[in-house]
Amino acid sequence: MKKSIFLGTLAAAALTAGTAVAQDTLEEVRDRGELNCGVSTGVNGFSAPDANGVWQGFDVAFCRAVAAVVLDDPMAVNFVPTTGQTRFTALTSGEVDLLSRNTTWTFSRDVDLSLTFVGVNYYDGQGFMVDRALGVTSATELDGATVCIQTGTTTELNLADFFRVNNMSYEPVPIETNAEAQQQYLAGACDVYTTDASGLAATRASFENPDDHAILSEIISKEPLGPAVRQGDDHWADLNRWVLNALIAAEELGVTSANLAELAEGTDNPEINRLLGTEGDLGEMLGLDSEWAQRALAVGGNYGEIFANNIGEQTPIGLARGLNAQWTQGGLIYAPPVR
Amino acid sequence: MAMDSGAPRESFRLSMLLYDTRYRSYTIQIFALMLLMLGAAWLIDNTIQNLAALGKDFSFRFLWSTAGFDISQRPIEYDSQMSHGRAAIVGLLNTIILAIMACALATVLGVLAGVLRLSNNWMVARLMTVYVEVFRNIPTLLWILVFGAIMTEAMPPPSAFRGDTPAASMLLFDSVALTNRGVYVPEPLFTRSLGSIDLGGVRPSLDAIAFVLVVALSIWANIRLIRHATAVQNATGVRPKTWWKSLLILFGPAIALLLALGFHLGYPELRGFNFGGGIHLRNSLIAMWLGLGIYTGAFIAEIVRAGILAISRGQTEAAFALGLQPGKTMRLVILPQALRVIIPPLISQYLNITKNTSLGLAVGYMDLRSTLGGITINQTGRELEGMMLMMLIYLAVSLTISGAMNIYNSRIKLKER
Repeated sequence: MKKSIFLGTLAAAALTAGTAVAQDTLEEVRDRGELNCGVSTGVNGFSAPDANGVWQGFDVAFCRAVAAVVLDDPMAVNFVPTTGQTRFTALTSGEVDLLSRNTTWTFSRDVDLSLTFVGVNYYDGQGFMVDRALGVTSATELDGATVCIQTGTTTELNLADFFRVNNMSYEPVPIETNAEAQQQYLAGACDVYTTDASGLAATRASFENPDDHAILSEIISKEPLGPAVRQGDDHWADLNRWVLNALIAAEELGVTSANLAELAEGTDNPEINRLLGTEGDLGEMLGLDSEWAQRALAVGGNYGEIFANNIGEQTPIGLARGLNAQWTQGGLIYAPPVR
Repeated sequence: MAMDSGAPRESFRLSMLLYDTRYRSYTIQIFALMLLMLGAAWLIDNTIQNLAALGKDFSFRFLWSTAGFDISQRPIEYDSQMSHGRAAIVGLLNTIILAIMACALATVLGVLAGVLRLSNNWMVARLMTVYVEVFRNIPTLLWILVFGAIMTEAMPPPSAFRGDTPAASMLLFDSVALTNRGVYVPEPLFTRSLGSIDLGGVRPSLDAIAFVLVVALSIWANIRLIRHATAVQNATGVRPKTWWKSLLILFGPAIALLLALGFHLGYPELRGFNFGGGIHLRNSLIAMWLGLGIYTGAFIAEIVRAGILAISRGQTEAAFALGLQPGKTMRLVILPQALRVIIPPLISQYLNITKNTSLGLAVGYMDLRSTLGGITINQTGRELEGMMLMMLIYLAVSLTISGAMNIYNSRIKLKER
């Protein structure tokens, strides 16, 4: 009889455990003391571990900013490398709290895959990289070429559309990760490597002879890249959205990691005061303290600083701001008013 | 007066369910069944609740929506505007093609290595031991990656074949090109082709169908001829010479058909970035084929060796005593008996190959796992439906193989009357 009681209790416990679906991501992250952040398997400048095994990059910086806001410790992040195929499952299944992995914001991902994109942190477009020795100067000369693509990405679909519209044929070589694609491309197993132009620049920067490879001028798609969270937890989505907006607004308002401490004393500009928490109660509305944005900015500085230090023109990746300049500088980067 | 009913009747008590051995096993079984059903109900309920929480429904409609992606290896017509379902069928066909190729290679290698491992020649036997032990003890995924890396890193790019003094040249009278994008071999072409028929989306070539039919008929006729020869031998004791008739029957009609259709080979040649013409065996296919075939061949070698060793030495000696030569002893006495031992484990090796084709993703082979289980799931977000469908398909394919092999097994197994 003891055995059956035990088994019965077990079954009942299993039943009740199954019905409890955790919803509040913020609480969960705080209880865990660590933020699970989905990143790529390694794209230099965006998310890759450095020589000491510490993750660095543009996408990583956002994870660290969120961790600083929520947990007051930018290093309390558990980075989960995801491939193009595993990233959405990792997010929807709860394996990661936040996906910061050069992921394109599209209708079907937002609506059908049940993701919530919290904004755009990099306006990108799909490009092509070829060996200069091929003598190709335009993507319309690529008829019959062998093209390396990462599977499970929007680039795969754009590529099919581009070649179809231009009435050209191609031979796709599907590849799982950026590192594999790099190896196949350098071995000459494909003529062309196609992915987001930023990814191409990052990949090329890691080549032995980057100048032997040209990124063609054609950009064949719009790829707004941004962090995404699970649909259904609006509070968590709001928090992430406003961490991103705070980084962007800080650049517009001239708040940098250098003058942060000084400006946090209070300034004449009410917008800066509201952002840094010396005025108003915006932090409370988010369920945080008033100094949340200061912590986010203290990690890697504002959006402009993060950009410049990880992928900017002074780095080996060497990306110009272009579309990713502030709206005041002719770009598309624009944060809603902090009010 | 009292009615005597014999033994005193024991009334049923609830505790007897547990303490009476007549009922105990039923109690335990019913309880286990209830637990199992509870577990299943919990899983299903949990799935439904979580899907609802994510705002997802359960539907297979995605199979009819536009796929949008391209597939490199297409056994049937396919382009990116066709449906996800069609892409899954292309993937399934690629899986089956690879499975058949790998099973054939593994069987040939396995039988050879298994027999040779028993050879009296020390060198040959040890070489086969090395083959078996090296391949059997390293994971198949690594072998697939090794063959993939050999194909991409060691072979010349198509551009090396270009120019007046090319760095690389084609093999076998300029008919086969080994490149780092795969192997190009000549393709059969017909000047007076019969065309193809449309079977609702699939367009098989009539030439191929005619060829297969003629070959099948020839083989059937040859079997009749051999049976006739055996009957004559049984009646008269003299076996009529059949070899030239067999050759004529087997090859005559096929060659006549090829000549009538105007058969010639289409050779691969450089066109633009790549070779054009010919049949393109992609690196991914070759890496998977060699990796799975050679790896599983090592297992089959051991199965074959075990099968031969299972036949007692007395059988060989008895055959020798009857005056049979060693070749005939192996073919007529040992192998038919060894097959009884070999076939059942061979079935599981074929099933292993078929399931291991799902490793194709590692080298970008577009099998069922890469199309339906990879890109389609990723683009549509239908993980549950896609995975269930994929599991069902693999289950169906495996059961078909195992059913067919079981029929073969029951035909060759020892008939006990």
